[in-house]
Amino acid sequence: MVTENLNPVTATTNHPNMRLLIIEDDRESADYLVKAFREVGHVADLAGDGEEGLALADSGDYDVLVIDRMLPKRDGLSVIGTLREKGNRTPALILSALGQVDDRIKGLRAGGDDYLPKPYSFAELLARVEVLSRRHGGPAEETVYRVGDLELDRLSHRVVRGKEELTLQPREFRLLEYLMKHAGQVVTRTMLLENVWDYHFDPQTNVIDVHISRLRSKIDKGFDRPLLHTIRGAGYMIRDGIR
Amino acid sequence: MTAFGKLIRTTAFRLTLVYLFLFSLFAASLLGYFAWNTRRLITEQITSTVNAEASEINEIYLRRGLSGLTWTIGRRALRPGANLYLLTAPNGVAFGGNVGSLAPGVMGTTGWSETAYRRLDEGDNAEHRALVKVSELSNGFRLLIGRDLDERRRLFGIVAKAAQWSFLVVIVLGIGGGIFVSRRVLRRIDAMTGTTQRIMAGDLSGRLPVGRSGDELDRLAENLNAMLERIEALMNGLKEVSDNIAHDLKTPLTRLRNRAEEALARAGSEGDYRAALERTIEESDGLIRTFNALLMIARAESGQARGNMDDFDAADVANGIYELYEPLAEDDGMTLRVKTAPAPLHGNRELISQALANLVENAIKYGKPNPVVQPLDADAAGAAREILIEARREGDTVLLSVTDRGPGIPESDRKHAVERFVRLEASRTLPGSGLGLSLASAVATLHSGELRLGDAHPGLVATLAIPARAGSSDRLAAQTQDVPQKAA
Repeated sequence: MVTENLNPVTATTNHPNMRLLIIEDDRESADYLVKAFREVGHVADLAGDGEEGLALADSGDYDVLVIDRMLPKRDGLSVIGTLREKGNRTPALILSALGQVDDRIKGLRAGGDDYLPKPYSFAELLARVEVLSRRHGGPAEETVYRVGDLELDRLSHRVVRGKEELTLQPREFRLLEYLMKHAGQVVTRTMLLENVWDYHFDPQTNVIDVHISRLRSKIDKGFDRPLLHTIRGAGYMIRDGIR
Repeated sequence: MTAFGKLIRTTAFRLTLVYLFLFSLFAASLLGYFAWNTRRLITEQITSTVNAEASEINEIYLRRGLSGLTWTIGRRALRPGANLYLLTAPNGVAFGGNVGSLAPGVMGTTGWSETAYRRLDEGDNAEHRALVKVSELSNGFRLLIGRDLDERRRLFGIVAKAAQWSFLVVIVLGIGGGIFVSRRVLRRIDAMTGTTQRIMAGDLSGRLPVGRSGDELDRLAENLNAMLERIEALMNGLKEVSDNIAHDLKTPLTRLRNRAEEALARAGSEGDYRAALERTIEESDGLIRTFNALLMIARAESGQARGNMDDFDAADVANGIYELYEPLAEDDGMTLRVKTAPAPLHGNRELISQALANLVENAIKYGKPNPVVQPLDADAAGAAREILIEARREGDTVLLSVTDRGPGIPESDRKHAVERFVRLEASRTLPGSGLGLSLASAVATLHSGELRLGDAHPGLVATLAIPARAGSSDRLAAQTQDVPQKAA
């Protein structure tokens, strides 16, 4: 097993200088977030309530909005709803103390793009924000994903590494597809569980790790350059080589 | 408010008054109708009798002249209970009959009239009333024939008396009954109010008194008692949960704190700090998971998750969970298999998936055969390391079961095993929150089903039994498909 002790903070390179808006009324966690995002090279503005957040989000050009669900003056969902009504499509991630399935659905219906229940780890938040930001940038959905000499054809469902064609189970294919779609980005275990399996619960076991290690044995075993990396404390990343 | 004031304000008392009024009105109209009709009947009878006699006597006069008439009247007047007769000459002098005096002017007009009179043959001077008919004979004599109205008056008196009494009885019985019923209702309501006040004051064990009559108040009391039962169960559950939270969350929190403290005091190198911090994060993640599971259980138990229900096939859930856990089981040296038949459900797919996932995780964790108890040869060992996920429909019930070949749970422990935070002796050394089965059970209950734990001889079979989707057809039992999985 290839486990590098990569710091999630330095592991991501594809998204320098995102502009983020954090709308959060708890001063301490807001300050923590601003500082943590700045440390990884992003610019984060802060709004302390719903009205201020709406005004800032409306006027500024942000890559991603991080919005607390419960805010003074104006509820987080209403901020997103109003922005969407005005045609503002900036991706929004909802932070909520209500971590339940139906609450998540409510959040996404209101126009949120992702939902993260509190308490969360910063690595999880960062990974999700970066994925959202890329979605916002909107590169056309490619038919073929390439990472190093690994190639995945989404139409013919063929996976080739070097000159060798790999045989993957359908689920392994979808797992690899998701990883490659976000190549160079950290994807967390919960992101995988949500996006590849469509489950939103929290398994008590390392069930995702086992799937990853199976996939790894198929795509990396026998090749000198590992592509699928474990990012300690955060998740996984597919990338060509270690920097 | 005084007791009496309270009494007359009761619905029962007010209703009684309304009924009292209505019944009185009814009785009055009934008696009135009766009296009026009787009076009419008696008058008619008198009229016809008098008419018949008048024509008879007139005939006698025509045949036998005045003397025959006088003689007949004289004879008839002497009969007991006789009618009234009076014959007067044209000058007004009485010529015969049994009438002593009349109201003035009666003899002056012919035809019917009602008058006061006195009889000649009666000793008393009492005045009576009579209905009389006066007719003029051809020689200028006038003849009066009449009948006493005493009978009519007496009858009227009887009716009037009956009316009085019945009014009295109706009013006394009505008000008395009203007070009786109101007091009875009031007493029961007061008892209920007293109980509810005690309950509000915190004594949840109080129950409303239920009578034996099975009336609407009893039914209300029964329903309220059932509600109280449920509230008490919920409150006890809440208390139990908070006790358990206090215990099971405080323990790891204390551990967390101790470790941080120790690191602060002893750690020398950056590596030590890093290791301590990493363990801290790990431990808090575990805490968060426990907390989430608890919230999820609470929500499932309170029925809040009912909002997110849709139609799906339990077989898909079984296949999905199989697919997710198959590698993990294999890594752990177990073989996961799945066997499904279409099993339509209406429910919260996410929760049912999670419940099934919990059962599978339990089977992987605890379902390994105990080598000391069960010495096995290689083949049997292979079979013993098998876990089977099954989805099928049996009548109106969808069964989602997970069967392992492990040590199972002794029958006496099964009920206990479903409770929150309970970790049976055998599992204490393994990681886990002790919430897996309680969540599965809460999810089953949310869907009006249940979690059954049974013996797989050997091993445990844990089954989520949930009512199938109504209206889905039952053609499916035969289509069972077996999906044997190679151990890759």
